[in-house]
Amino acid sequence: MLARLGLEPEELERMRVQLSSIMEHIDRLRELDTEAIPPTAQVITLQNVMRDDTVRPSLPLAEVLRNAPQHEDGMFKVNAVLEES
Amino acid sequence: MTAELTNLTASEARRRLDRREVSALELTEAHLTRIERLEPHLHAFITVTAEGARAQAREADRRIAAGESAALTGIPVALKDILCTVDAPTTAASNILRGYQSPYDATVVRRLREQGAVFVGKTNTDEFAMGSSTENSAFFVTRNPWDLSRVPGGSSGGSAAAVAAGEAPLALGSDTGGSIRQPAGFCGVVGLKPTYGRVSRYGLLAFASSLDQIGPFARSVTDVALLLAAISGHDPCDATSVALPVPDYAAALERDIRGMRIGIPREYQVEGMDPEVARTVRDALAELERLGAELVEVSLPHTTYALATYYIIAPAEASANLARYDGVKYGLSIQEETLLDAYLQTRGQGFGPEVKRRIMLGTYALSSGYYDAYYVKAQKVRTLIKRDFDQAFEQVDVIASPTSPTVAFGIGERVDDPIQMYLADIFTIPANMAGLPGIAVPCGFAHGLPVSLQLVGRAFDEVTLLQVAYAYEQATAWHTQRPPLDALLADAPSGGDEG
Repeated sequence: MLARLGLEPEELERMRVQLSSIMEHIDRLRELDTEAIPPTAQVITLQNVMRDDTVRPSLPLAEVLRNAPQHEDGMFKVNAVLEES
Repeated sequence: MTAELTNLTASEARRRLDRREVSALELTEAHLTRIERLEPHLHAFITVTAEGARAQAREADRRIAAGESAALTGIPVALKDILCTVDAPTTAASNILRGYQSPYDATVVRRLREQGAVFVGKTNTDEFAMGSSTENSAFFVTRNPWDLSRVPGGSSGGSAAAVAAGEAPLALGSDTGGSIRQPAGFCGVVGLKPTYGRVSRYGLLAFASSLDQIGPFARSVTDVALLLAAISGHDPCDATSVALPVPDYAAALERDIRGMRIGIPREYQVEGMDPEVARTVRDALAELERLGAELVEVSLPHTTYALATYYIIAPAEASANLARYDGVKYGLSIQEETLLDAYLQTRGQGFGPEVKRRIMLGTYALSSGYYDAYYVKAQKVRTLIKRDFDQAFEQVDVIASPTSPTVAFGIGERVDDPIQMYLADIFTIPANMAGLPGIAVPCGFAHGLPVSLQLVGRAFDEVTLLQVAYAYEQATAWHTQRPPLDALLADAPSGGDEG
């Protein structure tokens, strides 16, 4: 549900079997003692890359909205999320 | 004449173009004709951009006539269909992006465009680059030019097959766990994954952001160096691209490799290793030794955990990256009563099985309660894998191994067994985990199919990789072998547009 994927029942069953075998393989990592090891999120030493906070042209609105299934007043349009009271 | 033109490397074509022995339009037409003849059998391209290519070729001819040609002016290039281009759809071989028109060019595309390169089309890939065989494309399966019943490897299988088959002398792909090197190996061409940070990923549809890199395919090491030079360098649009100077890759090629220390990892004797492949790679190492390199045994003790680590980190990052495909901004959009149902239906129908598998795996590994046990654990093991390489590179200049444990496997052979499929990348994944550059070079044949030697180098030391690969290539003739496609060209079919 968290992944927001609508799965059919037979698809769900196939995934259950395949994901179990993948998880089994992944569980080998438990063999390793990593108590004192720091995690690596990325391998280059760059951190907090900043740029000047200046106004620059963005992509043209019409070009960006061209792919949108529904849009209105320069915004993407979706169905109501909150009930009207 | 036509066959001869499609057999030229980009460097040879450059010389002929500059001497006006051939025009960019003639060179482009020769490739388009070959594409038209071969595509009904190979299916390397999702979109062939014949008209755009002709226009670019005419413009290139004007530039050459004016004496303003750059290295790639008038040279045909195929682009993996995961790179955004303004003048052709960008699909990632997914139904969720069918028909998507990017409003911008990827930085690598823009750089090639500025040089006057000719884009012949967008190549097939596993959906969102997730796979090792190109069988996960939502559209069709690409065939290996050496044996049409086999896969070209993946995920950049279309790019590898196109270059091997002479549909283009150059192509770009992307590599997250081996997706350039492994298909280059299966198709008998040269493929290079640059160091993480070397090439801008702006406009590459993101799969796993801490691992993805864009890189070149070609039929010679010289051409790979040429294309790498064209795409490398800092880009303000990608904060992970590094502001280091780009070396003159071509100038470095002819340096002697005598005294070079080449590491052979003890842990790379894996289960499932094809003995014929192992023998072929051993012969290649002996050749490097004959050229004056010194072979040194090294140890990468955490290699055995790389695959498991990858299958936590890559899906975790993918599950976050692919959250943007929701049917609201672009792509497939299935309208339902509620927004939640629209998400479920759009994503349920738009993504294929492998993409769903990885999104679920990643969502699970990141979910509260499992985050430390899986995601943080994998990041710690990643540290260990990186340390293994750091230590090995204190003793050696490059590390050599097979690119894959087997030759290209049959279509359909591994689709029902994800773990078997994932094992095809067992030698390529560690370089992504450590962010290191790797090159795959043809080194012979086993069972009549190409075998590939992988060289992995220090961060930002593509020069040494290219140097060793070039020395090997000059000493051997494997890169001059071409797949047996004459029979397909003889019974020229009519049409055959993949659309």
